[in-house]
Amino acid sequence: MKSWDLLELASRNIRESRLRNALTALGIAVGVASLVSMLSLGIGLQRLASTGIQRSGLLDTLTVTPAGNGGGRGFNGAGRATVSPGTEPRALDETARLEMAKLPEVREVYPNLLFSAELRLGERTARRSIVSAIPASAKDSEAFASIQGKFFSSASAAEVLLLKNLAAELAGAAPGKPPVPADLAKQLVGKTLTLSYAERTATPDGGFNVVFRNRAVEIVGIVDRDTNAGGGRGPDGSGGVRVFVPLVYAEGLHAMQGADLRDGGLGLAHAPTYTALVVRLKSPAGAATAEAAIKKMGFNTFSVIDVTSGLRQVFAVIDLFLGAFGSLALAVASIGIVNTLVMAILERRREIGIMKAVGASDMDVRKIFLAEAAVLGLCGGVFGVTLGWAIGRIINFGAGVYMQSQGVPKQDFWFVPWWLVLGALVFSLVASLLSGAYPAARAARLDPVEALRYE
Amino acid sequence: MDSSLLAAEGCGVLYSDVASPSVIPERSGIQTADLRRHYEIGGNLVKAVDGVSVRIDSGEFCALLGASGSGKSTLLGLLAGMDRPTSGSVTVHGTDLASMARDGLAGYRLRTAGMIFQAFNLIPSMTLLENVELPMRFAGVDRKQRSQLAREALERVGLADRITHRPRELSGGQQQRGAIARAIINHPKVLFADEPTGNLDSRTGAEIMDLIRNLNHKEGMTVLMVTHEREIATRYAARMLTMADGLLIDDQTI
Repeated sequence: MKSWDLLELASRNIRESRLRNALTALGIAVGVASLVSMLSLGIGLQRLASTGIQRSGLLDTLTVTPAGNGGGRGFNGAGRATVSPGTEPRALDETARLEMAKLPEVREVYPNLLFSAELRLGERTARRSIVSAIPASAKDSEAFASIQGKFFSSASAAEVLLLKNLAAELAGAAPGKPPVPADLAKQLVGKTLTLSYAERTATPDGGFNVVFRNRAVEIVGIVDRDTNAGGGRGPDGSGGVRVFVPLVYAEGLHAMQGADLRDGGLGLAHAPTYTALVVRLKSPAGAATAEAAIKKMGFNTFSVIDVTSGLRQVFAVIDLFLGAFGSLALAVASIGIVNTLVMAILERRREIGIMKAVGASDMDVRKIFLAEAAVLGLCGGVFGVTLGWAIGRIINFGAGVYMQSQGVPKQDFWFVPWWLVLGALVFSLVASLLSGAYPAARAARLDPVEALRYE
Repeated sequence: MDSSLLAAEGCGVLYSDVASPSVIPERSGIQTADLRRHYEIGGNLVKAVDGVSVRIDSGEFCALLGASGSGKSTLLGLLAGMDRPTSGSVTVHGTDLASMARDGLAGYRLRTAGMIFQAFNLIPSMTLLENVELPMRFAGVDRKQRSQLAREALERVGLADRITHRPRELSGGQQQRGAIARAIINHPKVLFADEPTGNLDSRTGAEIMDLIRNLNHKEGMTVLMVTHEREIATRYAARMLTMADGLLIDDQTI
């Protein structure tokens, strides 16, 4: 029998007992909808959490510090900071930086440059702040997602980004009033700021001199972050940073670093070392390999991969539970299919007998029943996916309204990826074919004489 | 069975040599050898057909008579490939039905045997046209050709203006004519009719019988008809087989 004929016969049979089949399909739909909505809630929550982490740059970032006594553990002892046993501690200098940059997993390596500076806007009172140097790639990170104004025009531009609190102070806004970044940007962007800092100049004997310098920099943007939220990259406690400058520009300033005092004491000032290097990876997947390689070089590393792998485990369990609940509903719906089709056999016993009498083979009858199951399953599946999607939209909308009323930015909890839609349809089809298998086999086995004997 | 008596009646060839059905030279027509069909109902063994050996030639019009419970419908079912014998052999146009698998029997019902019933047995949810098309669906005939052949068949039985009607909108005679159109749509070699006029008044019954006789005369279709109306049998059939208690007790040519 041709498949089109099969489908036609199946759908006409389904139309014959419209109500019962509609109810069966509705059962499937509810099952699929519960599966889809449960899983998309899980996926949505996971996405919410992981995009947050990803945009913060934590997943693909390693912080490297010198190992041993003098290196200093620059990150408040948080996280994992270990060095492979038996490796000689070495200086975190330019050679090391280039070596790390050559690792295949690494996208870029840049120093964690932090220095203290005094800022003056025109005649107004000077403010002190720690200045953090950030690479051009930081543009995509979450910290700068809601920037007012624009990001640095180039990595070597004499430009600064200010946190909104500092900007408010510089603009002379009344204290106690929450700063509005957009207004501050209107006021300050394009203005020139004077940056006073300590420059380190190496002397031939291995020591260095400290000279105070003034540099004029242009304000290009206001960052909508609280000072304590940690505007800097990495978990190294860069709270207190209220000013950002481009990395290459900052390197040209030769500002005094924490490590310089030690280096000066050791007579190493002609070969400056870094307090910490930030290693950005091409993808979070390469973290373990890169970490191991860097430790082998003799440095401490820190990453949050461990933390997030735990998170992933939690989400896997959540998904499992949500999926199990959803599947349960679909399983119940599958019993509905079995019931409907067994009923149909009883009702259509004579019809099956007639079809067999005029030449239908066992396989023809089996296929007709399977096709009916498939049509029921697919109709239920399509309706169920739509229903699940609609439920998701409604919850997203409701949650959005609630969150906005609570002053929290609106976020989507619900996410239905295309593979879930496809998967749900395939799943409902497979489930219905499996439930149709028994009724179909039973119908196929009917003997024509037997089937036609009953009136 | 008294084979000498039956042989003397002289319609076709009747085999008493049940042990060697394979020596039969003719490959057309229907032949059975010691055909039996026993089944159990409520613990009682019913010997519905209990050793029938008969030969019906290609193109014959045979009536199968007998009281109710004589086993005539069961025999028809066995010959039409609707049922399988308990023992014995049944060969129709060269195919041995007894040794056939279920699929083979389905193919036989589809292409070699056409069947009409007392209760018409049209599928109520389908239009007349769809009912007639049904066997062609199983034969894999494509849609366009199917529809055309079904229309032609319905025209031949005089129902050209009823093709979109459902069975319940038709009279008994019209339904049976539709059933005949369905039965002959795949050009079967044998038409099996189980009390085709049993649910019809005598005038309509005569119309149906004329139609069946036409198929036999003009197209050379072999017809085997179960009936309990001796009058109809004598009027239309060329040969009358009579059954009682699962056995053929009479075979006469008219």
